[in-house]
Amino acid sequence: MSPGTLTVYRWELRKLRYQKRTYLGLGLAVAVPIIFVTAISFRHGGPHDVAFGDYIDRSGLAVPLVILLFGAIWMFPLIAALVAGDIVASEDHNGTLKTILTRSLDRGQVFGGKALAAATYAVIAILLDGAVAIVAGCLKSGFNPLQSLSGTLVSAPKGLELVIVSLLVYLIPILAIVCIGLLLSTVTHNSAAAVVGTLMFSLLLQLIAILPGLGGLQPYLLSTQFNAWQGFLRTPTDWEPIIRAAWVCALYGLPALGAAYLVFLRRDVAGG
Amino acid sequence: MAADPPIEVRGLVKRYGEIVAVDGVDLTVQAGDVYGYLGPNGAGKTTSLRMMLGLIRPTAGNVRLFGRDPLLGVRALEGVAGFVEAPQFYPYLSGRRNLDLLAAYDGHGASGRIDQALATVELSDRAGDRVGGYSHGMRQRLGIAGALLRAPKLLLLDEPATGLDPAGMRDMRVLIRRLADEGMTVLLSSHLLPEVEELCNKVAIVRSGKIVYEGAIADLKRGAGATYRLATTDDERALAVCRAQRGLADIRIDHGYICFAADGTTAAELSQALVEAGALITMLAPETVTLENLFFSLTEGDTGGRSDGALETVPR
Repeated sequence: MSPGTLTVYRWELRKLRYQKRTYLGLGLAVAVPIIFVTAISFRHGGPHDVAFGDYIDRSGLAVPLVILLFGAIWMFPLIAALVAGDIVASEDHNGTLKTILTRSLDRGQVFGGKALAAATYAVIAILLDGAVAIVAGCLKSGFNPLQSLSGTLVSAPKGLELVIVSLLVYLIPILAIVCIGLLLSTVTHNSAAAVVGTLMFSLLLQLIAILPGLGGLQPYLLSTQFNAWQGFLRTPTDWEPIIRAAWVCALYGLPALGAAYLVFLRRDVAGG
Repeated sequence: MAADPPIEVRGLVKRYGEIVAVDGVDLTVQAGDVYGYLGPNGAGKTTSLRMMLGLIRPTAGNVRLFGRDPLLGVRALEGVAGFVEAPQFYPYLSGRRNLDLLAAYDGHGASGRIDQALATVELSDRAGDRVGGYSHGMRQRLGIAGALLRAPKLLLLDEPATGLDPAGMRDMRVLIRRLADEGMTVLLSSHLLPEVEELCNKVAIVRSGKIVYEGAIADLKRGAGATYRLATTDDERALAVCRAQRGLADIRIDHGYICFAADGTTAAELSQALVEAGALITMLAPETVTLENLFFSLTEGDTGGRSDGALETVPR
């Protein structure tokens, strides 16, 4: 059988299983909800200054939503960047790019497999975090009805459904972060620079959002799209932030992905 | 129509800003050749090989592997394998896992050749160990194993013996000799003169990115002419006879011997003239022309001679 993008994808996932950073990110995704639930068990009430913070004692379903809010600052961008920023640069570090590019795969296939693997990792990390947060939250506060942002009470099964679709919408900006991580990984040839650079980019956008006079930019910043899922927690559903997240994230992610692809296709493999 | 040669390189140039790493290289490797690509470190050998494998883009010129351009896609690498500089692998995977990956990336039944390749390079026993714990020599051998998975017709090897101990070098040469005897065409980039002299039938000598000689080693030696060393009972008189003798060239005194270049007949005639002049011969010996001598004469002025250690002559 001729090898292709899926061959690379399978092997990239297999390689991730052997690398410590994989477990660092996944460990963080699992540990944070557990630490959060443990911490709130020792005090009454959650953080009052964030959406759903007041409800975490009443419904476990509020826990994943609070973590989504906190995680957007640096945790989820970092987890996504850990692998996306490394997946090309590590080949430079190990000198293995020349090893794999002299086989029977075109560069585009190698890049495609890597991009898919980085995206898969980010998706798994977010969904794993969400699953742990739902379970830990429900163990702590029960599988109870959830109060939406509009003040209406939604049943527990419906609330669970909303949490799951919120997690899925949250993946849109995460995938844009993955694309930026891939670009930096391809351009810098340096894993640490790419991971830190991706995180810095994410933090910089958050800084722009709070600068006086730049408030008009806020709806179009990548960082803002991490809140798009809140549209589902309104009655009726507010689709506007969700639709905006889709195209704003595409505007960030697709050019970065395209640029990374072209650089990877044309670059000289001179090291290693 | 004749089949396309395994490697045909025309006008190959690679510039990095002001630096010209490869400067108009032309070479042709025919099927069955064991072709030595010889030059000191920094002469542009590795850059040339990278361009041949499609890893870097030439500034000018082109490469054809069996008639196909490696820049236009990996189809050009069908039947071609090898490595540039030290072969590199994923350190956190075992040797066998690394070969599994490469075989998956090769397709076409390459995974069925893993055991054979490991046996050929005598790594079967250590195949389960992580490559991170391999010695340099083991990685070199794993590099060859990785190349063999592709069942290549053309093997490009960049300094395969570099960093190996004398026994490792000998084993590497035996392996390359065996592969060549099995009909594989080999391009061997090296700065080790004995390696090239022992293994290769053809050689390209590269200096500062340019080819200064391309052809058969035998032709190179033949073209260089023979040199002789002479000692007599009266060297002063002998020197005068030498200078008067027709057909002698490059006459000089070296370490107390009279040295000159001449063909065999002229040397025989000289011996008669010396006896007649009363300078009796105590020694008249042809000097063996080595690739080393020729190499330094061709690359003189490039590396500053052998003193910089860039080009090594290693005992066999």
